Amino acid sequence: MVSGMVSGVGHEPIRLETDVFVIGSGAAGMYAAIEAARAGCRVLLVDRSLIGRGGATVMAQMTVAVAIGAETPDHWRFHYQDTLAAGRGLCHAPLAQLLCEDGPDCIRAMDEWGVGWARKDGRITQAMAPGHDRPRCVYVDFLNTGPAVSKTLRTVVNKTDGIRKIGDLCIVDLLRTDDGVVGAVGFHVGSGAPVSLCAKATILATGGLTRLYRRNSASANMGGDGYALALRAGVPLVDMEFVQFFPIGHLAPRLIGMDPIMWDPFRYKLGGRLLNNRMEEFTANYGVAEDGQYVITRDVGSYAIMKEVAAGRGSPHGGVYLSFQHCPERALRDAFGPVIDRLAANNIDLTKMPVEVAPIAHYHMGGVVTDASMQTTVPGLFAAGEVVGGANGANRLSGNAITEALVFGRRAGRSAAEFAKRMRVQPAGIDVANAALDGVRGSASRSDFNTAAAVQTLQSTMQDDVGPLRNAAGLTRALKTIDRLSNELGDRPSGNGGGGGGFDMQRLDWFDLRNMLLVARAVAAAALNRTETRGAQQREDYPHTAPAWAVNQFIKLSDGGIAVSGAPQAAAQSAAVVP
Amino acid sequence: MLRIWRGVDAKAGRFEIYAVPFEPGQSVLDGLRWIRVNRDPSLAIRFSCINANACKECMIEVDGKTVYACTERLEPRQMTLAPLSNKKLIRDLVSEIAPPAERVTVPAR
Repeated sequence: MVSGMVSGVGHEPIRLETDVFVIGSGAAGMYAAIEAARAGCRVLLVDRSLIGRGGATVMAQMTVAVAIGAETPDHWRFHYQDTLAAGRGLCHAPLAQLLCEDGPDCIRAMDEWGVGWARKDGRITQAMAPGHDRPRCVYVDFLNTGPAVSKTLRTVVNKTDGIRKIGDLCIVDLLRTDDGVVGAVGFHVGSGAPVSLCAKATILATGGLTRLYRRNSASANMGGDGYALALRAGVPLVDMEFVQFFPIGHLAPRLIGMDPIMWDPFRYKLGGRLLNNRMEEFTANYGVAEDGQYVITRDVGSYAIMKEVAAGRGSPHGGVYLSFQHCPERALRDAFGPVIDRLAANNIDLTKMPVEVAPIAHYHMGGVVTDASMQTTVPGLFAAGEVVGGANGANRLSGNAITEALVFGRRAGRSAAEFAKRMRVQPAGIDVANAALDGVRGSASRSDFNTAAAVQTLQSTMQDDVGPLRNAAGLTRALKTIDRLSNELGDRPSGNGGGGGGFDMQRLDWFDLRNMLLVARAVAAAALNRTETRGAQQREDYPHTAPAWAVNQFIKLSDGGIAVSGAPQAAAQSAAVVP
Repeated sequence: MLRIWRGVDAKAGRFEIYAVPFEPGQSVLDGLRWIRVNRDPSLAIRFSCINANACKECMIEVDGKTVYACTERLEPRQMTLAPLSNKKLIRDLVSEIAPPAERVTVPAR
């Protein structure tokens, strides 16, 4: 029975057991759960928020790239070529291929499940997006792709036998034995009760790290949990320096009720004009003349905007203008229907005014190293969706995020089910679970450490010094701030002390900060080590792409710190660095 | 000014008043997040999508009316914020909103 007030200290742990354990319920996690259950496994699907409501999927506004050729003839190999080109030489080819090759299947499955891809004359509509060689992006109108994908998968999850769902469950650490990963420990946010889970196979589907930044799209629960869980379980990360900044995140006037990336679909449909404070188009100065079209890729767009602002040609709030004033009112209404009214409620009339936009943390290219079966380097641990690194290299092609969530989720679900079915008995892990549970019990009341303020400090540091434009001084400063915050955090959870109970916010912040600081350190260290500019890594002090740096960097935990392995190609051969 | 219900027991809570800087266009959630950073990090609220009205987690009562904190505008007056009165209270502005099939069974102490 559910008890009323319970303390995290004195609580008996909740013990759960399953075949396949899925952490995170965005598109990747839900698709993985569905596939593993269909393969005959007992599945436990958990999320630190509500099931299928948090994370990044629900926030997707429009594009899902897939070579179904509904608009013009297409083949997955063309999509694959565009993905590799966008990745600036760093894509892990087997993962990029999987994404492009299996994409059409997953998109059709979603169609059969009733997601409602936009159609014209009975055939699925595909929009042209920057970096693609032809119209390739399916979507759900209006700005409804993410909510529709989430809702569709939630419905299928609910109809599929064998899936148990638990929301408000915060996973703190994976359980690692000599055999591999055998489950996890955490706590139930709603009650504070410690939880231990024993699983034959575990799938990380925790999404990215956008919460590390002051300006971000996606959800507040995207603090890089999966990267931290993987690192502490001995699993390497790849490409952690490549954080994608979405160039035209909404900046001003204040807009509520819509995600800041909502201008993207307007640009797909209507082009729009990016202007500096002289009301001049400027992207041609950075090598991409738009001429009313939307062709600038995300890395170049973010760079161009930051440079205009740095040159004193920015808008009042520190971005640039995006204008649709040249578009007839009728065209705006046709393209955006009810969204026009939501803008009006925010006192925004696109026929009369431009809006201000600026780069915003949007997606993480880097992440957990897996093979094309989504198996990590540790037995029993799989990964799916944004948490996986490698498919998108140094820069993600627009539209590939939902596709990879679906494709990698489906593959991870199948692989984890196969793995679990080969295990006759539950893996032994009770001793390691009990030891790990000590770390999630209790909390100390501390007046000297404001967890919410520490999160904000970290976000500002990452935005200013590990953001779209980087240099050695800023990255070094950021690493020092991360050191200081890590020291202040300490190694025992802070919280409201003896009271325990549900929604102890400081305790939740403490565990979040523990992950966020570790992941922030990985991003900053990798960025500092890569002495070149490539894709989403824009170094002011190394403004050119160095051919010798066409190599991936790997991150591991070493004596509690971060070890980066990666060096320009010529040096790497003699250094014998093993990723 | 935000007058906010605090406590873990529906029968033994209290209202506390916080002065919050006002900027036109801000949401009630903006104000609550400001309080956590600048006044009291223990204030319990729940939200995921921050601003997009997508996650539907930030439902509270403002002046007795059920709203999403992320889309309700902050106003330059005293607003009274309380948890949902028809749901089980967890703490402060957080009530039990998870569908029953997604809850964990918590063993008693």
